[in-house]
Amino acid sequence: MSGRARAVGGRSGPVGRRDGASQSRTRWRDQFNGWLRHHRLSAADSMQRVLDNPVSSTMTWLVIGIALALPTGLDVALDNVSQLSASWDSPAQISLFLQDGISDDRARQLQEELAGREDIAQTQFVSRGQALEEFRTLSGFAEVLASLDSNPLPHLVLVSPADGMAESDAAALRAELEDYPDVAQAVLDMEWLQRLNSLMELSRRLVLAVGGLLVVGVLLILGNTIRLAIESRREEIVIVKLVGGSNAFVRRPFLYTGLWYGVGGGLFAAILVSASLWFLRAPVSELALSYQSEFRLRGLGVMGGLNLIILGGLLGLAGAWLAVARHLVEIQPR
Amino acid sequence: MISFDRVSKRYSEGHDALREVSVNIGRDELVFITGHSGAGKTTLLRMIMLMERPTRGQVIVDGQNLAAIGPRGIPRHRRNIGVVFQNHRLLLDRTVFDNVALPLIIAGYDHREVGRRVRAALDKVGLLDRERAMPVTLSGGEQQRVGIARAVVGRPKILLADEPTGNLDPALSAEIMQLFEEFNQVGVTVLIASHDLALISRLHHRIITLRHGRLVAGSAA
Repeated sequence: MSGRARAVGGRSGPVGRRDGASQSRTRWRDQFNGWLRHHRLSAADSMQRVLDNPVSSTMTWLVIGIALALPTGLDVALDNVSQLSASWDSPAQISLFLQDGISDDRARQLQEELAGREDIAQTQFVSRGQALEEFRTLSGFAEVLASLDSNPLPHLVLVSPADGMAESDAAALRAELEDYPDVAQAVLDMEWLQRLNSLMELSRRLVLAVGGLLVVGVLLILGNTIRLAIESRREEIVIVKLVGGSNAFVRRPFLYTGLWYGVGGGLFAAILVSASLWFLRAPVSELALSYQSEFRLRGLGVMGGLNLIILGGLLGLAGAWLAVARHLVEIQPR
Repeated sequence: MISFDRVSKRYSEGHDALREVSVNIGRDELVFITGHSGAGKTTLLRMIMLMERPTRGQVIVDGQNLAAIGPRGIPRHRRNIGVVFQNHRLLLDRTVFDNVALPLIIAGYDHREVGRRVRAALDKVGLLDRERAMPVTLSGGEQQRVGIARAVVGRPKILLADEPTGNLDPALSAEIMQLFEEFNQVGVTVLIASHDLALISRLHHRIITLRHGRLVAGSAA
């Protein structure tokens, strides 16, 4: 018998019978290295299997990508809207309608007085004459207005509160201004902003709900894909278990398969969202320009894209884990 | 090395696979287990590798009472046992090399050591030049030798074989048996289930005979 043959049949395994302290330390390190090696091996092997079936893998990636892109795209859109509404320099404006019979000079004096206040950023005086003129040209009721004996409109002072004033402070300011003897009525134009905000909140929750549903969908899709992968490798799993593979060993390649599907899906989602934003960018800029706005569509950004890929990866792992936990234990050598 | 103490196995449908089997197999022995199909040969082997648990009695392998090994301990236990199956059970989508390397990958050897040991094992069974081949391109005898290489590559103390020559012609069967004898000569405990009485009676090793789950001959060396 040759020396090499003896090496195969020979008794001296890598682990001696007498485990000294240093021996057990090297043994521990060997085991750790072996574990690491198998991770590398599983990762590469799973990747290879995913790439070996480009059509079905791309389908899986696309399904996951679309499911992730929908809520992400809506979220980006909401972000843009809230950025847009925040970019209006003054979120609220207080309209002061002055008492009847106040002269132009008195009204101007009041405007200047108010402009001096610290909690007021800007004031604008619209005299009743101006207002009538504006109304005449804009409303198309010129003839009706002409038939009136006198100008029914009051003087108006428009007050913009200081930047960054809270809603409640603006309301307090309104109440204070209404107490001025010259002021008949003070109106805070905030309702539309409140409506917009609650609409945004509603949309945000809708996106969250839709996102949650789609995430569950992604988990189920991945779970099913991994279940099929397990099913197609049933005989292999049995053999691996027969020659001493642990559950963790058997599980590993499938978890990596899930990870690769998830990461690919996240990448597809990032590409889909970026592509749609790119598609919308030109018309949005055009629209913004027509409103004399410098608004530009904000995209996902590098971090957003990375987060999406990480999220995809985590979902992939979780979906694979669900499938593996359910189906792998059932497969025992018979 | 392997000891069965009044081991019985009754399946849930009431069939008795083994009845009160007691047998001791020494460290350097090569033992054949024979009997008709359904006599309990396979059940005996399956119990040693913990694919099956006895209903009564105890099995001790290498000083370890198998009843004390829980589900988590089974993989480690199986790594100390090499197994050869009648239908080879090779991974058909992997090369010969990868098939033989599987136990070493599971045990976590680094790739140089894996390469060295796999080639030594393939050399031993005479298939060194086929390491890149796919199993389906091999003959039945070659496939079985790949199975044997996989069973011994981890240097197990115990080698089990369930009808290893079941599908082979007499000349190939004799070759395979000779391989098992060579492993036995370097200190591996070998246990072979076979109904090929003509072949095994020529080999002058202990023969354990089972009939309807009872041990009828060969209980002592």
